[in-house]
Amino acid sequence: MMKKPAAHLVQRIPWVLVVFAAALTIPWFGDRYDTFLATQIAISALFAMSLNLLLGTTGLVSFGHVAYFGIGSYVCGILMKTYGMPFAIALPAAAAGSALGALVFGFFCVRLTKIYFAMLTLAFSQIIWAICFKWNDVTGGDQGLPDVPYPNLDWMSQIPFFGDLRIAEQFYVLTLIVVMLSLAAIRRIIGSPFGLMLTTIRENPERAASIGLNVRSYELAAFVIAGGFAGIAGALFGIFNRGVFADYVYWPKSAEVMIMTILGGIDHFWGPVVGAATLVLLNQEITSYTQYWPFVLGAILLMLLFVFPGGIVGGLTAGFARLRRKAGGGADA
Amino acid sequence: MFDVSLLFGQFLGGLTTAMFLFLIASGLSLVFGVMRVLNFAHGSFYMVGAYLAWQSVQWLAPALGSFWLAVLAAAVGVALLGGLIERLLLRHIYGREELYQLLLTYGLVLILGDAAKIVWGTQQLSVSRPPILSGGIEVLDTTLPTYNLFIMLTGVAIAVAGWLVLTRSPAGRLVRAAALDREMLGALGANVGALYTGMFVVSSFLAGLSGALVTPIQSIVPGMDVEIIVEAFIVVVIGGLGSFWGTFWGSVIYGQVLSFGILILPGFSLFSVFALMAVILIVRPWGLFGQPLR
Repeated sequence: MMKKPAAHLVQRIPWVLVVFAAALTIPWFGDRYDTFLATQIAISALFAMSLNLLLGTTGLVSFGHVAYFGIGSYVCGILMKTYGMPFAIALPAAAAGSALGALVFGFFCVRLTKIYFAMLTLAFSQIIWAICFKWNDVTGGDQGLPDVPYPNLDWMSQIPFFGDLRIAEQFYVLTLIVVMLSLAAIRRIIGSPFGLMLTTIRENPERAASIGLNVRSYELAAFVIAGGFAGIAGALFGIFNRGVFADYVYWPKSAEVMIMTILGGIDHFWGPVVGAATLVLLNQEITSYTQYWPFVLGAILLMLLFVFPGGIVGGLTAGFARLRRKAGGGADA
Repeated sequence: MFDVSLLFGQFLGGLTTAMFLFLIASGLSLVFGVMRVLNFAHGSFYMVGAYLAWQSVQWLAPALGSFWLAVLAAAVGVALLGGLIERLLLRHIYGREELYQLLLTYGLVLILGDAAKIVWGTQQLSVSRPPILSGGIEVLDTTLPTYNLFIMLTGVAIAVAGWLVLTRSPAGRLVRAAALDREMLGALGANVGALYTGMFVVSSFLAGLSGALVTPIQSIVPGMDVEIIVEAFIVVVIGGLGSFWGTFWGSVIYGQVLSFGILILPGFSLFSVFALMAVILIVRPWGLFGQPLR
């Protein structure tokens, strides 16, 4: 796409940093509950973004993405609670564990296409669920692992202003930093030659193969990277939620994160973040009126599929493009 | 180590599970085979069938044979619901990517699951066995409840009837043709749209029927929909997505793996069936009895 030489002032502002900075101030300006929601949004955003590496970037419909989220939360939870390891070790270990799981499972998954791929990812995620649910000695079985400790954040208390925050708020700051770094990494990956190859595979796998691309290896690499980031999200969520439970890995959770991603829009980088924020806030609003949130979610999903297949960001960009064309008389099409 | 009657009992238990699952999975498999839609909401139809059966029993309570009427009413009710959903929603997404099909049917799972909660609440409901089938028979020192025997026979009867319809009747010929080449069939003048609606109605009928028939041996609870759909997926994957006899044998294998898995590795039978599903998808994605998709 061509950029006009004199970019609009609006376009010069580094919006991502502005939003990040604004999000960082929530513990000071908002109440305890705002911080709670913001933490949830940040973690869900990372989870949805990791799924979109498969869904939007590579065109792989994974119906078992929650497996890697689950592995991450269990690895981190077990290391921190059972073995008393510090967060600085548990988080990378969670990412590595999830990536490893994704490598083993993905090796088989990428050999299949379309519906079979979706079914195999679902089968693997249910295997993980069955293990988490039944392996009492390690995962706590159906009781789960309650009381995963917060990381030691004394270092943050040394910093001026941050010392007055409660531990949950300090954890929010930590979460936000981890999520932003992860999103930046994902952005770099998508923009890299490797990421462009993934898009090529999405657009036309046969053609990608015919120009000499090893499609399966690229898909597997995407699967592993997506799994690793899902693991980071899972690790953060286990701590945030004060425990890790087998429910996290049950298959409807995979559908939930998929809805988040599609709601935001899979064709735009920030789509999953918008989707995560929308869904978390909407859930908040609606559950204060009625307990039947899944009903509303289902209705939103149907509307999305029939009315806004591009999701929120897709719909907005299409709307803006139309407005601009009207205003500019079709000067820059 | 194991005595014969215990093994035989496990075998019979597995067979009952199998025939139940066949009743459910056959509809799922038919719809996938012909329409290439993997219907997550099939489990929800099953759940609605169970609730409708309970409701009908409440209304019909004093009447003789009310159980059978209730089963029929539930199956017909779900069939109508299925037809409505096909006409209003599913019809518009046949051409679209499978992602949208999966999400649409998942949206229905959410809506129907909550709708059932709104109407029938969240407590467990149950239906008593029809008096005729309340006894049991002794086979090899094992008591087989008559109701389970009835379920097995129903499963076999549906399998044979389905097979006869598919292979011997004009309607079956159309269905098989639609599975092979939808456009061609349409070009030849067949009303493919009506055929699809019909298929979906039959599939929903089977789901509603199995949901109604399960009520005497399992309590009706929210969440039974998402639990059963995964089991039905396993069954159709083992047998082969879209293969009718594959679904039958897939159910038999699933039932036996589950019931002997409990015996050999208690606690890990859940694991073993999912592992079986994964292994089959890896080795033969089109299942033991299916054929590779073109």
